[in-house]
Amino acid sequence: MSQELVSLTIDGVAVSVPKGTPIIEAAKQAGVLIPHYCYHPSLSAPAVCRMCLVDVEKAPKVMPSCVTTVTEGMVVHTQSEKAKDAREGVLEFLLINHPLDCPICDQAGECELQDFVFQEGQAGTRYDYPKRFNPVEDFGPDILYVANRCILCTRCVRFMEEVAREPVIECMERGDRAYIGITENAALDHPWAGNVVDLCPVGSLISKDFLHKARAWDLDKTASVCTGCSQGCNVMVDTRDDVVVRIRPRANLEVNRHFICDTGRRHYRWMNRGDRVEAPLVRLDGKLRATDWDAALERLAALVGEATGPVVVLASGRASTEALGWTLRLLDGKPVMAAVKVPLGDEAPLPGVPNLALRKERAPNGDGARLAGYTADWAKAIGAAGSAGLVILLDAELDDAEVAAVAGARLVRFATIEDDRLAGAELVLPVTTVVEENGTFVNRDGRVQRYMQARSAPGMAQPAWWVAAGAWELGQSGRAAPGTGSEAFAALGASIPALAGLTHGELGLTGRTLETAGAAR
Amino acid sequence: MGYPHPSHPKETVVLSQYFGDAGARSFDGWVQRGGYQALKKALAMTPDQVTEEVKASGLRGRGGAGFPTGLKWSFMPKHSGKPHYLCCNADESEPGTFKDREIMRWTPHQLIEGCAIAAYAIGAERCYIYIRGEFTEATRIMQAALDEAYAKGALGDNVFGSGTRIEMVIHRGAGAYICGEETALMNSIEGKRGNPRIKPPFPAAAGLFGMPTTINNVETLASVVHILNRGAAWYKGLCLSNPKSTGTKLFSVCGQVARPGNYELTMGFPMKDLIYELAGLRPGRKLKAVIPGGSSVPIMTPEEAESALCDYEGIQEKGSMLGSAGFIVLDDSADLVYEIYRLARFYAHESCAQCTNCREGTAWTVKILERLLKGEGKPADLDLLMDLGENMTGKTICVLSDSCAAPVMSGIRKFRADFEHYLAGAKSPALVA
Repeated sequence: MSQELVSLTIDGVAVSVPKGTPIIEAAKQAGVLIPHYCYHPSLSAPAVCRMCLVDVEKAPKVMPSCVTTVTEGMVVHTQSEKAKDAREGVLEFLLINHPLDCPICDQAGECELQDFVFQEGQAGTRYDYPKRFNPVEDFGPDILYVANRCILCTRCVRFMEEVAREPVIECMERGDRAYIGITENAALDHPWAGNVVDLCPVGSLISKDFLHKARAWDLDKTASVCTGCSQGCNVMVDTRDDVVVRIRPRANLEVNRHFICDTGRRHYRWMNRGDRVEAPLVRLDGKLRATDWDAALERLAALVGEATGPVVVLASGRASTEALGWTLRLLDGKPVMAAVKVPLGDEAPLPGVPNLALRKERAPNGDGARLAGYTADWAKAIGAAGSAGLVILLDAELDDAEVAAVAGARLVRFATIEDDRLAGAELVLPVTTVVEENGTFVNRDGRVQRYMQARSAPGMAQPAWWVAAGAWELGQSGRAAPGTGSEAFAALGASIPALAGLTHGELGLTGRTLETAGAAR
Repeated sequence: MGYPHPSHPKETVVLSQYFGDAGARSFDGWVQRGGYQALKKALAMTPDQVTEEVKASGLRGRGGAGFPTGLKWSFMPKHSGKPHYLCCNADESEPGTFKDREIMRWTPHQLIEGCAIAAYAIGAERCYIYIRGEFTEATRIMQAALDEAYAKGALGDNVFGSGTRIEMVIHRGAGAYICGEETALMNSIEGKRGNPRIKPPFPAAAGLFGMPTTINNVETLASVVHILNRGAAWYKGLCLSNPKSTGTKLFSVCGQVARPGNYELTMGFPMKDLIYELAGLRPGRKLKAVIPGGSSVPIMTPEEAESALCDYEGIQEKGSMLGSAGFIVLDDSADLVYEIYRLARFYAHESCAQCTNCREGTAWTVKILERLLKGEGKPADLDLLMDLGENMTGKTICVLSDSCAAPVMSGIRKFRADFEHYLAGAKSPALVA
């Protein structure tokens, strides 16, 4: 799109947009949302739903705003009789065969058909014939197709064809017999196929995982970042009664556009685990006993102070940048070997979007750790643990061999999950997970992105940075630990130069790429 | 000659001169009848000269839209650096129309020659002839003629030694009416579902396989042969009324007439003569209605038909359209509501299902008409049909939806009594057996 600007008027509001912009996008700048179904900014525009028809002065008939590009001096009306009649007609046609089973439909409350009919549809119907019926079809591991609700917008077809490039679904039959069909013996099992559920404007393509779990209006939605890999896709965490029930993509045109992979989508059950460490545990008389935070922080400061050999930090790739930075700040002046554990998997790209894939590194903050001074040489750090003066486990999940390697050392656990194998620890500090705190991750391209607290922390759990900073404060005279995640982040610049001057506020909801991007790798 | 009956003296026989003459089907037979002279003449001209000649002739698209052919050709980019394509639309599926089939059946080389001239004019090295799937006989004859044309050097890498390369391929349709819509046709050739595309981009900018493409009807391309042979001035002179409508046109006449068939008439010929004299009503019958342009156009009353002149403007003046000139003539024995229902059912069956208004509107229209014919209609149904027709007109990507609405809306407007007959409780024997 060229930067040459075109001026036009939409519903009386003058806007200037780049040449080549479709009316529907220009309207957004005028604060006008033109109702639409088939149009989606990340897909081609076929102009088939006919919902976005607008009245353009001097045009012989109503024009589809999704494919009609702006021209200089164009005057567009979305609320004229002509435009409203056109939309009302389309809504009536869309509803004649729609089952109107909103009370049992997962999409209700976030359904574009419901929204627009409520907004400007007719109260009754003139159609008094039996409705078309087709059975529900199983389309894949997590996807059901409810044909009766389908409005044939073909967003799903276009996603699989243009973006996933695995065209296994297609519009079948013709006329009012048409439905979305799937190739024989094929399934919607592409690693990114789940996006068709989000793309579907109605409740036709639905997730088996989410089926009947919640009504849309009962969900609390929180902006977050996916923890599935180092891509750092922006997501929305949906919770119901403090339980995470769904992960959905959140638009970020520079990272993941409107998509997330199925691995990321499924990666939420661990957030709801019940076997959490809920109180600080300190070793007294050979046994771990529950205590309060004051005692726990004092003990942590003492253990760090007493350490005679090098301190080994074993961090999880899911630890926040704040936690990683403040843990090292606590160890300032000590010989430290810090490593981050990043599980590996196969890469699964989304062909239609450049630089978007489920990455090999299956943790969200490996790059944040490297930036903070952690090494990727996990094996070396594990090897050094046996002879370390102190081992700090920053919520890293250890396999049995790794447990054996750290068993002999003095061990401090920043922990989310109870682990009987590590019963010999000196101190266990209950910390929060990504959905229970505010923090940041740095993705593989050096983009720093915020995530927000989506549910309450269990028991006495606190963010790991709060714990590390609290113990650090005890060794300082007159220097106070940060009180909020934002303060904790703002202070990181002192020890991590790449982050100097950055604040949570500046990152906004879509993050910012560091100028030294990639330098940490 | 003539087929299925000898030409009427009032016909102007150009395209249909060899209808019924099987000897014209072979390459040699066609050459003996003056064939391939036009192509040779064209090859000696520049492509632009050919285009100008066609422009000057006033030839307009015979597929239905009536767009000036030479002008269409001139939209093709020069020096685009991309391959250009010519598509010949032989997917003649419009109910009531059967002229292209006869051209292909009797004079396949006439079409091949026309295609070759057009391909040369637009700089296309490849031409696809998209033949309706049901036309098995026409396809067989066309394929045989194509093979012969290659063998005789009229097609191939070096057409008649001119150095010009023209390839021609037959692509068979699979039975979808909508594939006669030019962009759906291109999708179909590409192996995709035959859905019409949104325009712009127009085919001349991005058509078949995304390349500059011209698409012309069979009759249009066949006419080009005669324009080249006999000159634009001669063709332009074939005009009885409006100078914007020139040349001859094949009129397919079917329905309740005594002599159904194709009639080749000079543009501007009185419709009255075509119906009463050439095709003729059956003895003792009176004219009830005429659908002149294939089934997609508004229905005409006898008064409108009798006063109309058969060209693009003449029929438009009387509230309908020339379209493909497939005349469906109905006499006083016809049940107009039933006929309209049959047409609507056709469109509902053939809707590609892309656009909401068409997918749902055509099917709903059929349901209402069906109920009406069963004697179960409601007084509000006619208004509803009109309203649905309004919502189906000018709102979709292609005009299939408009085509369904046209006969219904014009039928209710002009033949309301027929509908009220059913509202009063009459039942159609065809639906209530």
